[in-house]
Amino acid sequence: MVNNSIVSESCCVELGNSLVLDEVTFSVNKNSLVAVVGPNGGGKTTLFNAITGLVPITNGSIKINGIDAEKGKGNIGYVPQNENLNWSFPLTARQVVNLGITKNFPSMPFISKNNNSLIEECLNDVGLYEKIEDRVDEMSGGQRQRVLLAKILAQGANILLLDEAFSGVDVGSQMDLIEVLRKLKDSGKTIMIATHDINTIADRFDEVLCLNRHCCAYGDPLKVFTQEVLSELYGPHGSMFENHKLGNHGNANGA
Amino acid sequence: MGLDLIFEPFSYDFMVRSLFVSILVGITLPLIGSFVINRNLGFMGDAIAHASLPILVIGSVLGITIFLSALPAAIIIAITLGYIISKSSVGEDTAIGIIFSTFFAAGIILLKKYNQYITLNIEDILFGQILGVSTSDVFSTLALSLIVIVTLIIFYKQILYLSFDPIGAKVTGLNSRLFDNIFLIVLSLAVIGALQSVGIILVLSMLITPAAAAKLIMKNFFSAMIVGSLFGVIASVTGLYFSYHINLPSGPAMALSSTGIFLICWTFRRSVRSV
Repeated sequence: MVNNSIVSESCCVELGNSLVLDEVTFSVNKNSLVAVVGPNGGGKTTLFNAITGLVPITNGSIKINGIDAEKGKGNIGYVPQNENLNWSFPLTARQVVNLGITKNFPSMPFISKNNNSLIEECLNDVGLYEKIEDRVDEMSGGQRQRVLLAKILAQGANILLLDEAFSGVDVGSQMDLIEVLRKLKDSGKTIMIATHDINTIADRFDEVLCLNRHCCAYGDPLKVFTQEVLSELYGPHGSMFENHKLGNHGNANGA
Repeated sequence: MGLDLIFEPFSYDFMVRSLFVSILVGITLPLIGSFVINRNLGFMGDAIAHASLPILVIGSVLGITIFLSALPAAIIIAITLGYIISKSSVGEDTAIGIIFSTFFAAGIILLKKYNQYITLNIEDILFGQILGVSTSDVFSTLALSLIVIVTLIIFYKQILYLSFDPIGAKVTGLNSRLFDNIFLIVLSLAVIGALQSVGIILVLSMLITPAAAAKLIMKNFFSAMIVGSLFGVIASVTGLYFSYHINLPSGPAMALSSTGIFLICWTFRRSVRSV
């Protein structure tokens, strides 16, 4: 029985001519709510892309419930940053959540009775059942995030990744979202959220991953935010990567 | 007198054939056009129409009908566009623009060079002439339309998911390249299937205007698709009447009918909002 949902060991990712993740090592326990913090360009989105198998891992590994990330698709639900979705589509909450149900094929435009029950259940779980026929492009930022969360619940994912879920969302809506996420965590989900808001992390999350191309710290939010870690995250840190170049991942042999 | 204007044209076989083709084009183009307008792929649709010219000319030189050259043309254009967009670093619009102008220029040169061997009338290809469709054209349009409609129904959710949330869709294991290619091929088939009635220059109007009009007044995507097709049929059949009674080229007549529908929807939406 694997107790860790996500295990990253010395994970390195190169994108073009840039080493975006360098020897990232951490382990996320099942049923935990984890924040991922770091500066812009620190590798938060790339880490999520590596976990979901969207970008290749150059060196090291990421395992999802003991299986390589690239083979673990389907068990992971991903809500990308808001600007990566095409909000031009006039879709209702019901239609968006229906997209998450990918098991049925062929996938006719009409929603079956079984799928409708699942859609209603998922929207109920995120507290938006009464908005089921409302258009998502006309909803607030927080409501959109909850509809997208319902979509990946409909997918049947046990590991939920949300990239910048609080971006452009007011404090009240953030609290609503956190309340939903806590309930989901209690029901057995493992959740990681990339965020810039480090002030509220201790109140909201079980653990925090501090990421600035490498893992600066991982653990209890009350303990990890030392002056040294904060300086590593947001202060000058170029000298730390002197020996880390493309093709050289910090190992003596350069492997 | 009024009823005569409506029914008299259909005492001729060529008008019955034209009516069938109008209805098929009116249904098919706005159906896929609903995806096109929401994915901002209007320029792509225009490029596909223009890029088809050299393939249609080669088909004509070889004695192949427009529709028999449509399938390889659609696949060649769609795969070329998809490949160059994904591999080039110059940006999507720029890549489409280069392909668009290159293929169209090649088509014009081929037309001039092989003028004596070609049965195509260049004006009909550019502006459409629906009154000239043959019985085999009707069946070919029917076949192309069925391929487009059935593909859109079967892969509706995959195409919609990749259009709305491409990253989230890939994470579920959807093969984005496969479905993007399927979408581009179906779009190419719909566009090429409509060339005889609407023409290369104005196919864009039937692709996007009825779909855009439906989006203005409908609450959600699926109902906008259906109503867009209804508007498409109204526009193309109206264009057909103009073509018959006033001897207008069918492409411009259908395009202006679509614009008329769009203006009515736009006015309706503005008046509803101001109440």
